[in-house]
Amino acid sequence: MEPLRTHTGIVASLDRANVDTDQIIPKQFLKRIERTGFGQYLFFDWRFLADGSLDPDFELNQPICKGASILLARRNFGCGSSREHAPWALADYGFRVVIAPSFADIFYSNCFQNGMLPIQLSEDDVDALFQRTKEAEKNAVQYQLDIDVSSCTIGDQHEFQRTFTIDPFHKRCLLEGLDNIGLSLQQAHEIDAWESRHGIAPINTDH
Amino acid sequence: MPSRTLLDKIWDNHVVCSPAGEAPLIYIDRHLVHEVTSAQAFEGLRLAGRRVRRPEFTFATPDHNVPTTDRRLPIADPISKQQIDTLRNNCNEFGVRLFDLGDTDQGIVHVIGPELGITQPGMTIVCGDSHTATHGAWGALAFGIGTSEVEHVLATQTLRQVKPKSLEVRVDGALLQGVTAKDLVLYLIGKLSTEGGTGYVIEYTGPVIRGFGMEQRMTVCNMSIEAGARAGMIAPDSVTFDYLRERDFAPKDFEKAIARWEQLPSDPDAVYDRVEVFDGADIVPQVTWGTNPAQVVGVDTVIPKPDAFKDPNERSSGDRALEYMGLKGGTKIVDIPLDRVFIGSCTNSRIEDLRAAAAVVQGYRVASTVHAMVVPGSGRVKRQAEEEGLDKVFQTAGFEWREAGCSMCLGMNPDILTPGQRCASTSNRNFEGRQGKGGRTHLVSPAMAAAAAVIGHFVDVREWNYK
Repeated sequence: MEPLRTHTGIVASLDRANVDTDQIIPKQFLKRIERTGFGQYLFFDWRFLADGSLDPDFELNQPICKGASILLARRNFGCGSSREHAPWALADYGFRVVIAPSFADIFYSNCFQNGMLPIQLSEDDVDALFQRTKEAEKNAVQYQLDIDVSSCTIGDQHEFQRTFTIDPFHKRCLLEGLDNIGLSLQQAHEIDAWESRHGIAPINTDH
Repeated sequence: MPSRTLLDKIWDNHVVCSPAGEAPLIYIDRHLVHEVTSAQAFEGLRLAGRRVRRPEFTFATPDHNVPTTDRRLPIADPISKQQIDTLRNNCNEFGVRLFDLGDTDQGIVHVIGPELGITQPGMTIVCGDSHTATHGAWGALAFGIGTSEVEHVLATQTLRQVKPKSLEVRVDGALLQGVTAKDLVLYLIGKLSTEGGTGYVIEYTGPVIRGFGMEQRMTVCNMSIEAGARAGMIAPDSVTFDYLRERDFAPKDFEKAIARWEQLPSDPDAVYDRVEVFDGADIVPQVTWGTNPAQVVGVDTVIPKPDAFKDPNERSSGDRALEYMGLKGGTKIVDIPLDRVFIGSCTNSRIEDLRAAAAVVQGYRVASTVHAMVVPGSGRVKRQAEEEGLDKVFQTAGFEWREAGCSMCLGMNPDILTPGQRCASTSNRNFEGRQGKGGRTHLVSPAMAAAAAVIGHFVDVREWNYK
């Protein structure tokens, strides 16, 4: 997994609460057996009209969002189904960071599995960011944010500076681009020991 | 020993290690697998040259993509077929027990786990599906995971988890006649909101829950995720043990297992991180009106007007939802007409759900404006329903009687709404497009869905004239 230490990116704002994973990646696209190629289906039912053309009214289709790598949303982002295809679609489309006042639990964990950073800020701070993005838009400027994972800071070039919180283990995984499974297998002796204490016969090692 | 909740006890019993600077590893007793979220996980194992650590604790079945019509025919959608074939090939290669299409025990993964006795009290159970919360009804810690975590469990039989907080949801008093477990959980979600439970595992307590059978308990736990909770659980008791006795995968020394399981319920003075209390008598049959499960009201009232909501986010969500659903605030719920009725899904497709629906339709016919279907949750449920003649009751009334699968809960198989179609559904999500692009979903109990099928619009099933 690619490490994420710092990120500077253009912000795309999606002014909706409770964006569920059925909207992020509708079910017909879950039939793929690969991990890649989901970006083209991101927010499919919102991005495209019935005839297959881009909906000019959808926020992410606006020219001001071109090249955006930071998604700004409202509370309870990623609720509903546990499909990891949701962060896969977001990442494949080009997003590296999602900012919201709150995230659904499973979506939040799934982000870290894919080197994506979900940043939880207060409702007031998220409001401020929506306003700043709108202001920039009025001047035909793309709003940008700078993020530093090790100091857990997020800010723009115009006096917006905040810190955010992430679990130390998630932070380490992002900074080091850790392979979760490899890390856990380093504890294989502990897993063996737990199984033994619970009366489970040792695994067959001639796999 | 300090007082502990059910969650504390299961958690403590499953921590493998807590290395410094890392989230603890917890052992996973049961890993349930279906075709949609496992392909990439098995592929990851293959690429890394790893094996499934505990195939004997891993159980698979195809359910999301499967057609619910004639199973002898090849699957029409080549992508669905590929995904189901991929599951079969992976299970063969990695030695995982598969309840495949054509197997009499195939069905929705959260229906077959319990009915086979795979799900047991005190266990940690995961699956790449958020409705894994269902299994919490057995006094297990059961939750959904993403595909990367599926791969992690396959490789290590463990998961890195930060311990969630505990939320006691106690329902006092008693439910009114004609009000079901489905109505209860919809009501709770309406009160808690879709993120009220985020960060928590809910433990449901109180006399109403205690008075429920296992299928009702599963309905409640199933929808915990819709309130944002990772999992929901109900302490095991003699009802739990009786249901499990004699089941295929139940422990051989059953009495010894009971002695262990009886230690699980929360200690009387255990402290939860948060407590919410409700009165069963406040609950009437529920109907969702919007595009998330918390947008719900009683059948005896009207669709709310979003401009009366205090929160601006709720107002705009409400307006958007009503536009999508083609409804107006102030309309009586009983005036909402329906095009389709779907009785099925991991929430409500077990034998008691089918009995409740059959009792409503007995002697009646489906309205001419409605296309209705019943999809039993598993091969076993289907067989039992047929032994009881429920299939004949449904078919005589004009329902389609189908094979087991997730079906129209989520439109990944041929059972799908067309744009604008309005459906009374016993499933668990009414998000935009959930049952088909442009489809309009109203979540209800099986009896309410059955009554709506007959009348052609919603009715208060408490006033039903049973024949």
